[in-house]
Amino acid sequence: MAEQTHPTSTASLQTREDGGLLADAPPEVLDIQPGLADGTGPTGSVKVEKSKGKRLGVMGWLALGWMVLVLLMAVVPTLFPIPALEERSRDAIVSGNFGPQSGHWLGVDGSGYDMASKVVHGARASMTVAVGGITFALLIGGFLGLISGYFRGKVDTVIVGAFNVMLAMPALILALTLATVFATGDNVSYARRVFIVMLAIGIVSIPIIGRIARANTLAWAEREFVLASRLLGTKTPRIIWREVLPNVAPAMFSIALLGVGVAIVAEGGLALLGVGVPASITSPSWGNLIATLRSQLFLGRPWGVFAPSVAIFLTILSLNYLGDVVRARFDVRESVL
Amino acid sequence: MDDAHEGPVLEVTDLETNFKTPAGLVRAVDGVSLSLERGKTIGIVGESGSGKSVLSRSIMGLLPSGNVVRKGSVRYQGQEIGELTPNQLRDFWGPEMAMIFQDPMTSLNPVMKIGNQITESIRYHLDQSKSESRETALALLQSVRIPEPTKRLNEYPHQLSGGMRQRVCIAVALACGPRLLIADEPTTALDVTVQSQILDLLQGQQEARFMAMILVTHDLGVVAGRTDEIAVMYAGQIVERAPTKVLFSKMKMPYTEALLKSIPKIENPSHTRLLAISGRPPSLVSPPSGCRFEPRCLYAQDRCREEMPPLMLAETPGHEYRCWFPVGTPEGKAALEKNLREKETPVGVDTSALVNG
Amino acid sequence: MKMVLKRVGQLVVVLFLVTALTALLFSLLPGDLAEVSIPFGSDEQREALREDLGLKEPVFVQYGRWMGNFVQGDFGSFYRQGNVTSVVDRVKSTAPVSLQLMLYAQVLALALAIPLGILTARRAGSAVDKGTNTTAYALLALPNFVLALVLAYIVGVELEWVPPQGYVRLTQNVGDHLKTMVLPTVSLAVGQVAIYMRLLRTDLVATLQQDFILMAKSKGITERRVLWRHALRPSSLTLLTAAGLNVGTLIGGALILEIIFNLDGMGRLIFESISERQVVAIQSLVAIVAIAYVLVNFLVDLLYAVLDPRIRRG
Repeated sequence: MAEQTHPTSTASLQTREDGGLLADAPPEVLDIQPGLADGTGPTGSVKVEKSKGKRLGVMGWLALGWMVLVLLMAVVPTLFPIPALEERSRDAIVSGNFGPQSGHWLGVDGSGYDMASKVVHGARASMTVAVGGITFALLIGGFLGLISGYFRGKVDTVIVGAFNVMLAMPALILALTLATVFATGDNVSYARRVFIVMLAIGIVSIPIIGRIARANTLAWAEREFVLASRLLGTKTPRIIWREVLPNVAPAMFSIALLGVGVAIVAEGGLALLGVGVPASITSPSWGNLIATLRSQLFLGRPWGVFAPSVAIFLTILSLNYLGDVVRARFDVRESVL
Repeated sequence: MDDAHEGPVLEVTDLETNFKTPAGLVRAVDGVSLSLERGKTIGIVGESGSGKSVLSRSIMGLLPSGNVVRKGSVRYQGQEIGELTPNQLRDFWGPEMAMIFQDPMTSLNPVMKIGNQITESIRYHLDQSKSESRETALALLQSVRIPEPTKRLNEYPHQLSGGMRQRVCIAVALACGPRLLIADEPTTALDVTVQSQILDLLQGQQEARFMAMILVTHDLGVVAGRTDEIAVMYAGQIVERAPTKVLFSKMKMPYTEALLKSIPKIENPSHTRLLAISGRPPSLVSPPSGCRFEPRCLYAQDRCREEMPPLMLAETPGHEYRCWFPVGTPEGKAALEKNLREKETPVGVDTSALVNG
Repeated sequence: MKMVLKRVGQLVVVLFLVTALTALLFSLLPGDLAEVSIPFGSDEQREALREDLGLKEPVFVQYGRWMGNFVQGDFGSFYRQGNVTSVVDRVKSTAPVSLQLMLYAQVLALALAIPLGILTARRAGSAVDKGTNTTAYALLALPNFVLALVLAYIVGVELEWVPPQGYVRLTQNVGDHLKTMVLPTVSLAVGQVAIYMRLLRTDLVATLQQDFILMAKSKGITERRVLWRHALRPSSLTLLTAAGLNVGTLIGGALILEIIFNLDGMGRLIFESISERQVVAIQSLVAIVAIAYVLVNFLVDLLYAVLDPRIRRG
């Protein structure tokens, strides 16, 4: 199967769908006006590059700050001054006030459990699944993309063909199928279910990340320094590792940041479909909180859904923004993304 | 338009076009005046960045609003272009003035049939029906000598060669019978073999339609036999203007001389050194206060650094130049000899060709 | 034409591999399927089911049998306690719901994104542009199920403008149908609007810098014509491709929204089949979705070739 096989005709567009577009436009080259094309040469730079996105900026620091906070929630939830997961607020139920209140600054769910506590403790499962899944996809997809783009020929045909077959199924359906098949059975442990969700997300991300790695490798493997290295007799693995990979890495990292955002959504989607991280009072994830508490929303008690929703929204927003910063800083061109 | 309008079709007076940029105000066109009569052709010659393209677009009124500051006057048939509303200006484009752009590879819409690209302005301005406009387009393609014109109408730009595309662009520009045609480097992007064909075509059409034409180019050779008058531009200013023959025989401006010397001549023996102009044009954000060509000029003296020369009249009528030490005058000769003696010529210039030639 | 044939060939191969892969995956399901499907049935019923599904035969035989039936339009059955329903019937009743949802969302998304894209591209750098872009950027970070639940709560539960859940068929009552579809459609469309708008804007800004736009302007035709006839057409090709590729996202989104809004569509059908381990049904449904998805992208490519003369001849 050649590159132009279905269902995705161009690598760049596929990635645009999954990441490129989630990102802000690259720093625009603000050509003063087309007519001045003739004046760009000797008069010096008439082209002025907007420096937006090159530095972190206020937004960038906020995004970074939020992500650090989320990581702290995931790693050491005990740092946060929150009630225990099992603690229920009798007051809230009695008074019928489920919104933010003293002691429960994100409100409580319909059963009186503190939402701040659930959101903080839910970060671990959500981030494990998302970061783990994308890391897995980065390793496998990155490796396949690198060798596919570097060696081309039959290897390339086979790998790209495999990617295309995987992409012929809508990602969520594929993840759903995988999660169903491997997490089914009577005594599947919590850890195994989490692992399966992570793996399902990782597997569906492989072709997406792989195609980006391949497109980037194709572009870089043609460059003079790689050719020079090859002529000097450097061993192929070393060329890939030392010459190609470092150049491909920024694009991969930037897309991985966006990918984690997408993975967080996927975790929520799988939870809503009943195959996500298993829900219980003591094992929240952002996705399963929304999935289990959504019925309360239709009964007029929305706080159980609002709190994790806000957490998801802020996290994806931050990841998208940081992904853009990485892209802008390393000058990753849209065309290779 | 007023057909009975007396005098030149186009009169440009003290035109300034500046662009606001973060680096400061770019003075792309700085105090340009010229006039053009019906049936005449003026050549505007200059290096890249001399402001000639901006000048031609300022005359058309085809500059984006926003960061552009315009001063001075452009009168077309007595009508001030700057005073027109965008709608009025649009009615001018096509039937009154039209433009041909540098690169025919990019100036035709790649996803639109050639026929439609020609007929759209005909239908809009001349109110012709679909079939009438098609006939007109066919006639236009014939007049720009495109083979198999009927077939071409239904083709897309990518199916034509560069020269053919430029012919189509010319047909588009001629579609509504403009009185003023501005050709902005019409042959720069083309193969040498095609260049003269296109220039001949333009000249023929200009004569046949009795149009006024502005031919913008960086190549003095292009305008040599095809224009009535030539204006040489440097760093946003006109530095010499003269009837074509006068310019070539009695040039006053060292820059014009340098431009001419940088063209290979067929009568020179092979391996004759070409005299390239060293250095680059000055910044248009903060141009030198004296003569703008001074840093690169073989004739430059202290006065050139201090005082900007005004446009001065030469002995021949219609010949103007901007120089304190003009070529071919005793002062000029003295200045050049002084510089050569004291080796005060701009760095890197090989003056041997000048002395021997 | 040759190209089309080649593409059809590739299409068949891809579909074969997808369905084979699914079959292989489900053969890995632990436990006795007959047991799982009808846990309270009698031994005879289970034995009959095993016979019917060919569970005793190897995977590839099962797959071959499924494939043979599938191409003849027999999508298999749902096996429940004393009750066997045909998958074809369920698909017939649920597919329209999903298609409606995706169609409405896609139309709404494009109807909003195209004018917004043009507006922001024309005024690139203005306050309107920046405001719209920032909003779009935020909307991209909003998962559709989050938006769906927020909308369902505010519009459905609090304001009571429309029912927060449920579905009314178009043929039953047009007004009620639209009322039930409004929230799912908006939830599904919003993310797409942001994607399309930003894509179109970037593309248009680049197109508007092109020489042929300046040339078109110099013809003295109206600005509207320059924008719609000259600038939008090349950009619309990018938009079209994106819309085709987005069908995958749309299918995933529809699946989740059908569950949130309780719509009886294909998504819910797949969800039910998976939770009931109706292997044959899942196999058929996944194949149908994959075929639809691949076909849509195939059509997009064909359409692309029709719209872009450079590709048509090349």
